[in-house]
Amino acid sequence: MIAFLIKRLFHALLVMFVISVIAFAIQDNLGDPIQQMVGQSVPESERETLREELGLNDPFAVQYLRFAAKAVQFDFGYSYVFNEPTTEVILRHLPATLELVAASTFLIIALSIPIGVYSAIKPRAWLSRVFMGVSIIGISIPVFLTAIVLIQLFAIGVSWSPFPADTGWGAWLNGLLTTDGGMPAYGRGDPVPVIGTWETNFASLEGLTYLVLPAISLASIMLPLFIRLIRAEMLEVLQSDYVKFARAKGISPRRIYFLHALKNTMLPVITVGGVQIGTLVAYTILTETVFQWPGMGLMFLDAIERSDIPLIVTYLMIVGLIFVITNTLVDLIYGLVNPTVKLTGKPA
Amino acid sequence: MTTTTSAIESSPTASRWERLRDSYLLYSFKRDPIAQVSLAVFIVLVAAAVLAPWLAPMNPYDLAQIDILASELPPFWIDGSDPAYLMGTDAQGRDLLSTILYGARVSLIIGFGAVAMQAALGVCFGLLAGYLGGRVDAFLMRLADIQLSFSTLMVAIVVGALFKAIFGGATYSAYAVPLLVLIIGLAEWPQYARTVRASVLAEKGKEYVDAARVMGLSSRRIMFRHILPNTLSPIFVISTVQVANAIISEAALSFLGLGMPETQPSLGSLIKSGFDYLQSGSWWITLIPGLVLVILVLVINLLGDWLRDVLNPRLYKG
Amino acid sequence: MSLLEVNNLDVRFALRRGDVQALRDVCFRLDRGERLGIVGESGAGKSVAAFSLLNLIAKPGYIAGGSIRFDGQELIGLGDRALRRIRGHRISMIFQDPMMTLNPVLTIGEQMVECLRAHRRISTRDARAISLRKLEQVQIPSPEARLDQYPHELSGGMRQRVIIAIALLLDPDIIIADEPTTALDVTIQAEIMALLLELCEEHNVGLVLITHDLGVVSQVTQRMLVMYAGRVIEQGPTREIINDPQHPYTQGLINALPQMATPGSRLNQIPGSMPSLNNLSSGCAFHPRCGFVTRPDDSTRQACVDQEPGFVTSGNCQAACHMVAEMIERERLPAEEQDS
Repeated sequence: MIAFLIKRLFHALLVMFVISVIAFAIQDNLGDPIQQMVGQSVPESERETLREELGLNDPFAVQYLRFAAKAVQFDFGYSYVFNEPTTEVILRHLPATLELVAASTFLIIALSIPIGVYSAIKPRAWLSRVFMGVSIIGISIPVFLTAIVLIQLFAIGVSWSPFPADTGWGAWLNGLLTTDGGMPAYGRGDPVPVIGTWETNFASLEGLTYLVLPAISLASIMLPLFIRLIRAEMLEVLQSDYVKFARAKGISPRRIYFLHALKNTMLPVITVGGVQIGTLVAYTILTETVFQWPGMGLMFLDAIERSDIPLIVTYLMIVGLIFVITNTLVDLIYGLVNPTVKLTGKPA
Repeated sequence: MTTTTSAIESSPTASRWERLRDSYLLYSFKRDPIAQVSLAVFIVLVAAAVLAPWLAPMNPYDLAQIDILASELPPFWIDGSDPAYLMGTDAQGRDLLSTILYGARVSLIIGFGAVAMQAALGVCFGLLAGYLGGRVDAFLMRLADIQLSFSTLMVAIVVGALFKAIFGGATYSAYAVPLLVLIIGLAEWPQYARTVRASVLAEKGKEYVDAARVMGLSSRRIMFRHILPNTLSPIFVISTVQVANAIISEAALSFLGLGMPETQPSLGSLIKSGFDYLQSGSWWITLIPGLVLVILVLVINLLGDWLRDVLNPRLYKG
Repeated sequence: MSLLEVNNLDVRFALRRGDVQALRDVCFRLDRGERLGIVGESGAGKSVAAFSLLNLIAKPGYIAGGSIRFDGQELIGLGDRALRRIRGHRISMIFQDPMMTLNPVLTIGEQMVECLRAHRRISTRDARAISLRKLEQVQIPSPEARLDQYPHELSGGMRQRVIIAIALLLDPDIIIADEPTTALDVTIQAEIMALLLELCEEHNVGLVLITHDLGVVSQVTQRMLVMYAGRVIEQGPTREIINDPQHPYTQGLINALPQMATPGSRLNQIPGSMPSLNNLSSGCAFHPRCGFVTRPDDSTRQACVDQEPGFVTSGNCQAACHMVAEMIERERLPAEEQDS
């Protein structure tokens, strides 16, 4: 177990090193702290001495080490725009993004497993065909478009009356096509404060309504992929000899599907899916933009527009850290679930 | 099973056309209405996009043709529409149909260009990693891992933001098409590299590669002339999916303001420009280009699904 | 009445281009404690026959007709629940590849206990005790520890022993073993086969042994059937068939055994290969490869090309062959002439 952990940790550190070099290179080439510290009027000679004093003329490696030493303590300097430590800006926006990702992850897991398993067990049933059809359409719709359509339908509202309204069935069909709107679609509303800058949308019903549309649209990216993945893996497992053998032993179908097959299905799903859940953080940039959700993604896009280099660099580092942590956790869970992986590090 | 029998049945002298006619590919295509409809729709969309300068009622790039007074007109089936503008107009008074045709053109150019770029990068790196192994393999695959764990979208956004910061907004807009091809190519090469590497590793163990090596052929020749042809079917299958992905990526970048400028819109930037008018009720500026984008991507994905079922290559999972 | 009676079994695979008949007119029976061998090339339908007995053929395969009577009960058309009570309980199976047969994420113990508890109302503790005893019977070292191990911690031979133990868990009447030693190292094949044979004899369990190894069949089984292209073409007591095969195909199979070849010369082989099931020739499926279609006097035996041969009985054996039928006819005719 310890050897496994150390190996994973080493891998994680390596990844963080690569990310930090990239982040530093961005900062080094694009950010000019002198420009930010002093105005345009300061003569070039004075800038040069300042540059020398700040060590900006030192070799790349030396400057990187200085950057890395601070980065380890989560010190990435000040945001140009907010004029406060970048980590504090990020910390303020982090909970909103994490809550959005958590809500989407919940939706994805809660829906994809039953749907994927069902369409693998009954591949020819009409409901399975509907699921597969909807999922390929889902894959083909960009997130921001899903978000826009959701806003149009449930926030703005749609009223269609293509059917004769004076007949009973016409009115009923029109009613089906009409949505009231009124769902909150912009921002977080009034989230409940927890500790410090951490506020939550999970604590109140009203907060949850603000979360619904953004979470659905964020989940819509991964849900079809998960359904297809689980279905494909499950179909393969159901063909396997050990499932046939379990049937030959006279085990009930329920136990075969939900113990024998599902456990084996979930192994690859954990590895592939775990990484995908991590990448949801990237997609929050799109959903947060559409819903004006005050999270890290929206903040990042804002930082790009205003060329707030320190904030961009910090965001990259933090997101990199999130990815590394999720990937390590996924590996760990996989190792715990899969008996053929030896966590002890001893040769099997 | 069927592919092998048909391969045996067709004589080595059979022309390419005869081989295609007898192939399982065509056989299954004839039996799959979804694939047929998808291909038809795809061809129509591509043709419409390619022929946009001749088909479109007006040229959206020509400022002289734009009537700002005719802005935000609805499509023909809604009251208040102008018969001159079949699909209505956008906020700047451009004919939406024309803008969509030109936009689809831009989206398709970037989609195919970006896939060519990723394929070139990914195939080279994948061949190198798989054939040479050792440190080269470890380095390239670790890089691919890192990129994929960051998600291709994130990489594209960061690279796009960097390019914009380096070149400045105006230059970026001017060279948006080649830059986007480069950005999406850089972001998505790992998919190809992994697929190619996996099939190279599978092929490498086979005897014909040993034979080629014993005959004293150079590594490069073995890689490109002997191994690459045998990895083509998985490359072919992921290429379809990747075109769809590239079009979506371009749309996403454009939506975030890192893609095509509004003066030369792609489907993505059209959706973005319409988004601001959604609240004022002009839903068509966003949703009609959106629908075209979805249909385009959907038919490509459906064709990709069909190809994967037919060719059934062992794709790299994860 | 035999314990197991299979009559006119007809199994098909529903493919898009139409049904393909995988088994045609398969008949055999098995008495209590009897050992029956089914031999044939790969693709002859041996495994399909084995799996269809418990209706375990994978889709798109289905049983199109015939009858499978087990202990007086008709199995075809029996509901899944009722069939499940027979599977693993009264008829159990042993698969070909022990590396693939055990579920990799469940312990040996779990996979044994679940089988017992699926058929008997017993506690997990009792089920473990029975499992332990069975593991002892198949001579697995330190059986107690094995119960909590995962399959990947065991070698192929050990896993096949575990699978045999599972097959014996509920003291079944019949074990169907589908090439139980093919995937194993040559060195332990004999060991596992001997173990299986010994346990079957000890517990008076009937054995249906599916194999392409005539040597094993001749050593282990009392009766055998030879299958070709989805049909049984010869059946009877093993010793009689091995010593005096009637059907040209069986003769070819026996001649192809390495021990039948003269040292230093080439091995004997049957020319050609078995046709695929969707591309069967007319008449006798074997006729394109058969050396006896042309009679010694150079005339063609037209029936072989036109007509599917029925079974003719010769001694204790039955063979489906026009040539054999002709020979028997010729032997019988002079005898009848003498009588009259």
